[in-house]
Amino acid sequence: MVLARPEVATRRRAALRAGALRAGLMALPVAFFAVFFALPVAAIVGRGLRTEDGAWQAGRLVDVLGRPDIAGVLWFTTWQALASTALTLLVALPGAYVLARFDFPGKALLRAVVTVPFVLPTVVVGTAFLALLGRGGLLDEMWGVRLDTTVWAVLLAHVFFNYAVVVRTVGGLWAQLDPRQEEAARVLGASRLGAWRRVTLPALAPAVAAAALMVFLFTYTSFGIVQILGGPAYRTLEAEIYRQTAQLLDLRAAAVLTLVQFAAVGAILAVHARTVRRRETALKLVDPRSTARRPRGPGQWALLGGVLLTVLLLLLLPLGVLVERSFDGGLGYYRALQHVDAGGGTFLVPPVEAIGNSLEYAAAATAIAVLVGGLAAAALTRRAGRLVRGFDALLMLPLGVSAVTVGFGFLITLDEPPLDLRSSWLLVPLAQALVGVPFVVRTMLPVLRAVDARLREAAAVLGASPWRVWREVDLPLVGRALAVAAGFAFAVSLGEFGATVFIARPDNPTLPVAVARLLGRPGELNYGQAMALSTILMVVCAVALLLLERIRADRSGEL
Amino acid sequence: MLVLEDVTVRFGARAAVDAVSLEVADHEIVCVLGPSGSGKSTLLRVVAGLKPVDAGRVLLDGADQAGVPVHRRGVGLMFQDHQLFPQRDVAGNVAFGLRVRGASRKEQAARVAELLDLVGLPGAGGRAVAALSGGEQQRVALARALAPGPRLLMLDEPLGQLDRGLRERLVVELRQLFGRLGTTVLAVTHDQGEAFALADRVVVMRDGRIAQSGTPLQVWRRPASEFVARFLGFDNVVAATVTGAVADTVWGKVPVPAGTAQGAARLLVRPAGVRLGDPADGLRCTVEGRTFRGHHVAVRLRPESGPVLEAACPLRDAPGEGAVVGVTFAADEVVVLG
Repeated sequence: MVLARPEVATRRRAALRAGALRAGLMALPVAFFAVFFALPVAAIVGRGLRTEDGAWQAGRLVDVLGRPDIAGVLWFTTWQALASTALTLLVALPGAYVLARFDFPGKALLRAVVTVPFVLPTVVVGTAFLALLGRGGLLDEMWGVRLDTTVWAVLLAHVFFNYAVVVRTVGGLWAQLDPRQEEAARVLGASRLGAWRRVTLPALAPAVAAAALMVFLFTYTSFGIVQILGGPAYRTLEAEIYRQTAQLLDLRAAAVLTLVQFAAVGAILAVHARTVRRRETALKLVDPRSTARRPRGPGQWALLGGVLLTVLLLLLLPLGVLVERSFDGGLGYYRALQHVDAGGGTFLVPPVEAIGNSLEYAAAATAIAVLVGGLAAAALTRRAGRLVRGFDALLMLPLGVSAVTVGFGFLITLDEPPLDLRSSWLLVPLAQALVGVPFVVRTMLPVLRAVDARLREAAAVLGASPWRVWREVDLPLVGRALAVAAGFAFAVSLGEFGATVFIARPDNPTLPVAVARLLGRPGELNYGQAMALSTILMVVCAVALLLLERIRADRSGEL
Repeated sequence: MLVLEDVTVRFGARAAVDAVSLEVADHEIVCVLGPSGSGKSTLLRVVAGLKPVDAGRVLLDGADQAGVPVHRRGVGLMFQDHQLFPQRDVAGNVAFGLRVRGASRKEQAARVAELLDLVGLPGAGGRAVAALSGGEQQRVALARALAPGPRLLMLDEPLGQLDRGLRERLVVELRQLFGRLGTTVLAVTHDQGEAFALADRVVVMRDGRIAQSGTPLQVWRRPASEFVARFLGFDNVVAATVTGAVADTVWGKVPVPAGTAQGAARLLVRPAGVRLGDPADGLRCTVEGRTFRGHHVAVRLRPESGPVLEAACPLRDAPGEGAVVGVTFAADEVVVLG
């Protein structure tokens, strides 16, 4: 046959249509990342590594990395991240076990409580630990112990912050492992420990690795906590990038450090993607409700007690102290927030206005993140190829790339038409949405992928058009996940600090920025106001999270 | 109604469906029978438009379906594991096809009630699908597929997940129902009992090709090939040379029906045609085992020469294990395979 056969043409048309749909879904996310992520980062790197006439200077890389202070920062960043990760695993793994396998009154509350720190802004965490460990803090008053400006404060705050990551990631899987697998091993002659070591541990190992990598990533790029608790002696890469950019105006060093962080984060994410892929395969999972039971014997009750004590001392005590300190002079600090002059020229507006600003910005950022992240997740659901997997990894990058760089990059790239956003209020939500998108994608994707493709086929055969299939089958099943994703994006946007600190305008500070500014000033009143504002921020975040917990299905999402 | 012309579907280099041509007439029930991996489910997906063809044409009522999207083909498909929508109740599932076609609420309610009556679940509309038993889910899935009045109903292993007793009852019900409604049905299954009980016509598939097509009786009585014979559970197959009314085999001389083509062939002797008698007469065999099959006993025989034979004996005549018997063959139970 000489002519192209009709079915070949139709097939090509069908393939084209599927491709066009995927491209259409991906267009907005890709454009968003190109303009608001790649462009600013590239601009900063370009400024740092090019001469006035535009020639690249790779030599600068070597110059900067050879400096002893920079080498020190790199060394500190790495070892504190390793130490934080190890410490977090040590403290949180028993918690993961208890929440996965034990049934006890108040379990749902405990689960919510351990998750709160994860969505708390780093600034709040920093302030809370300052109130506990710092000058005039609780330990100082009681025993004269001060840990701020020591590495211990940073490490403890990191454990506080990442406890939920381990409990959620590992405990979530642990709860779904079929206990009958262990029983099968026991019947075949394995001891209790042997059965755990040979059956449960191998099944759990990838989840532990994935959680460890996430903790490593978050602590490697830690900024707010180190900024507040680390003092002048301890600086992570991110904190150093901020110092070089904002204080020393050394763009060259900042650009080099951004690249270093970029490479490190890329490597961590690549390893993480591989572990996650391994985890997704070949595990038989059961309903988590069927695997938990009452603790039995003194050993198990002691374990439960130990976990509760840890949660109390490590997670609740700092927050409690923070609240207590904020009420030190009755409502004085809260009242002071309503006046411009109380900050001694720190603010152009009463600090209390930061609450409204933060809520508005976070709402806008959430809308953007849900739109961009939702589209990206929908595109990623449709068939995995190499290209799609690359896109998947790309979406995670904002989690690790220096937020400071992004923020500063916004200032120098988005200041010309057609995108002159420097004076627009939208600039802050855009930067915050960038950090929210990975959370939206992470939450939506597993749920979307779990929707049986044949359910969609069944609807199509019954006469539903593709759009109708999405509305009738996908949306009802993922509606819950969508709400959870929005909640995460909201909490993350609310707490975003690294980028916002650059681009929030002095007359429109957000809560974290206002807290940091207050902490940066001497004086009792400023300190107290910081505590008060932090408390407000914490309450807003906790309320958002508790609402989230109510709608969250146990299995939606990885984080 | 449905015409497939040289339809080919490839997965990589392998053809899951290889130049298959098939017709289903109005009101006919056709059952595609084959082992797993023979391409039978792919065939249904092709007709539904869920899988594009690599070559060939699919016609419904004479119209080429190339380029017609799934939701405009007007066919029904009942999935193997039903795929009921978990977030909707029974009525919501059954009404789905009517709703997306824009039927009014009143029409939907009337049709749902009618169909639930039809499948034997009257008044079940408000129940959650998760609370249904396997058999009930199957009935709801059937009602859902029938509700929009598809011109062709396709069933993918319709009774595969149910237990045996229920399966045997439902297959009879299904056939009666389709007969009453005049539904045109294309079903696939790996269970020959199901296929023979349900279908007007059986199509046996092997490796993406049609191995045989005919009424259940034709296929059962005259399997077209050794593959079909063995798939139907007949294992007394042997090489033979036919001369006149007799075939020469390792089991000795076997009588063949009159008019059989001469020369080399494969020969099937149905177990019912293996007669046991005195060891002095015929092929000497030792009884290796006996399996009780209800109305008869399947006896495994080890002949002095050649492969194992299976014989079907009435219960009271079955010899004990280790007994030595003489085997003769009945011509009317012998089939020369293609």
